[in-house]
Amino acid sequence: MGDPINLISQWFNDLLLGWGLGEKLVAVLSLFVGAAILVTASLLTVVVLIWVERKIAGRLQDRIGPNRAGPFGLLQPIADIIKIFTKEITTPDGADKVAFNIAPVLAIASVLLIWAVIPMAATVVGSDINVGVLYIVAVGSLGIVAILMAGWSSNNKFALLGAFRAVAQMVSYEVPMVLTLLIPVLLARSMGINDIVQAQSTWFIVIAPLAGLIFLITSMAEVGRAPFDLIEAESEIVAGFHVEYSGMAFGMFYVSEFLHVWTIGALIATLFLGGWRGPGAETWPILGLFYFYIKTFVGYFLITWIRLSLPRVRIDQLLSFNWKFLTPLTLVILIVTAIVDKALAIAGAARWLYVLVMLAANVLVGWGTMLVLKTVEPNRPGRVRQEFPPRPVAVAPEAADN
Amino acid sequence: MSGLEIVFLIVAAMTLSAAFMVVTTQNLVHGALWLVLTLFGVAATFVLLNATFLAVVQVVVYIGAIAILLIFAIMLTRKVMQDSTSQTNANWIVAALLGLVLFVGIAQLLRKSSAVGMMMPAMDAAVDPVVQLGEVLVSPNAYVLPFEVASVLLLAALIGSIVVAWKK
Amino acid sequence: MLDNWLYIGLFIIAAILIPAVAVILPRWVAPRKPNAIKQETYECGMETVGDAWVQFKVQYYIFALVFLIFDIETVFLFPWAVAYDKLPMFAVMEGVIFIAILLAGLMYAWRKGALEWA
Repeated sequence: MGDPINLISQWFNDLLLGWGLGEKLVAVLSLFVGAAILVTASLLTVVVLIWVERKIAGRLQDRIGPNRAGPFGLLQPIADIIKIFTKEITTPDGADKVAFNIAPVLAIASVLLIWAVIPMAATVVGSDINVGVLYIVAVGSLGIVAILMAGWSSNNKFALLGAFRAVAQMVSYEVPMVLTLLIPVLLARSMGINDIVQAQSTWFIVIAPLAGLIFLITSMAEVGRAPFDLIEAESEIVAGFHVEYSGMAFGMFYVSEFLHVWTIGALIATLFLGGWRGPGAETWPILGLFYFYIKTFVGYFLITWIRLSLPRVRIDQLLSFNWKFLTPLTLVILIVTAIVDKALAIAGAARWLYVLVMLAANVLVGWGTMLVLKTVEPNRPGRVRQEFPPRPVAVAPEAADN
Repeated sequence: MSGLEIVFLIVAAMTLSAAFMVVTTQNLVHGALWLVLTLFGVAATFVLLNATFLAVVQVVVYIGAIAILLIFAIMLTRKVMQDSTSQTNANWIVAALLGLVLFVGIAQLLRKSSAVGMMMPAMDAAVDPVVQLGEVLVSPNAYVLPFEVASVLLLAALIGSIVVAWKK
Repeated sequence: MLDNWLYIGLFIIAAILIPAVAVILPRWVAPRKPNAIKQETYECGMETVGDAWVQFKVQYYIFALVFLIFDIETVFLFPWAVAYDKLPMFAVMEGVIFIAILLAGLMYAWRKGALEWA
């Protein structure tokens, strides 16, 4: 009773078999219908997310957010979608028509493809391939190609510049991201995402908190969310690589960004927060789905909170943060995790001792990093605090009689 | 024809036609995009051969890094948009004939060789091939020396590219 | 096992078809009134100056190169990480040496100033 999704798919299979179709065709058809439903569900999730994001943004900025369209502004995303559907898609002069039209579809396809491998409950897993983690990195790189196509085919030098900077940012932050993805793989001894979820009897955020934190930061930079949002930089370069897009084509880029943030929340939930695991999730798979959604929402809320609190960084700050801080730190934490894990395995430590020692190792590396940063940059310009002597303010001004 | 064969034929046709378009298209950037499709087709072929790790590595490294590098190099040079010279010169018939002869020769060689038509070696289904690859890469009896030499090679590539590309 | 990849192949088809339908649908719903001024290239409201090419900035290329090297390194490390259970400490140290050599490469690039944006 707690496994409705498999019940429905079983019913669908029986229905098709009853119509007299061959068995292989039925299998292929039901897989395709499953895929189409997942794609549509993800796109519809974005509709809800637009409302959630605007409400959260409103509250964190001390205002109410949309509240005109429908009760509590719930119909606002519907209004947005109707508006985007009915706007004209202009193609600029000299644009490369084929690449111009394929780019938004490729951008959103690359985000949707991640959902094929994420397990949402104990029995609901799209595709249990044994190289799930690398697959996620692979489809991310398709999104990068889509950005280049969009920037170049617009025949606009600002779009091209924006596309180059966006690709430089995404490509730089992919290095620490893939390196931190190595750590759950190391801890779970497998690249399959379902295996990683099964291995989280203690959540990986406790065993490898630094890796989780670095994954969060680099994923935010991959998506282009503030504080790393120079890709759009609405107030500066007016939408960067998608400046020439309007109507639904722009809508696709917009939807793909929201969906990407939700997907990052899902990845953090799956790889570091235990995925669908929770009390009673194995016996009632529907509970697993519920836990998964809550954890994904926690990740999404965290990313949105950070976005609404921090100002934008400059491109040179962005890139030096990545190459001079995040990449060496990730390599060091990888080495430390590998050595400590093996040492503990050889010594045959009990589970609680293992968790404690790994946590301590992470804390030590973090503390060591802080020490190194303090010695390297003690007197950074801008951090100098000027001392003002206390001066009485509420005194009568000097007699200015003339 | 089994389903696997049909899928293979479709994938192979897509890869070959994309590769043909890479060399015949007049616009360099279009050629780079067709190259991305070709590399994707090669990854699909790896999947059909059950080499799943290699398939994702192909997409990650070739499409995600090398194709991007190529597209950067193309887009950052001037005047690349329209190449209006003809794609063929006067000798194209001789070249096509030569290509055909080479193709027929290699196809005959492959038909006669014993490697073609061999079934995929039955791998131990219980052990994950990636795990086996990992063991073999660092085991002192197998490939640990090439593994470390590969890292030195990557270091040399990094240093070399910085020396060549950096003008300061 | 190939069944999983069949699902992914079908997912690719679905993930391309459904957004493509969503982009093609507005062709019937949205107005289509192209005119010369609307289709001019956007340059903050001014007339465009020059061709649409960008000054060659070598930094883009260098960052992509360094990314390529580290990407390949990470790809080598994945089988090592997956086979972790079966490896003795010696093999783990070999992986650590691999990482350390590339860390040295990163330090070289840093000192040479290849990682500056300006």
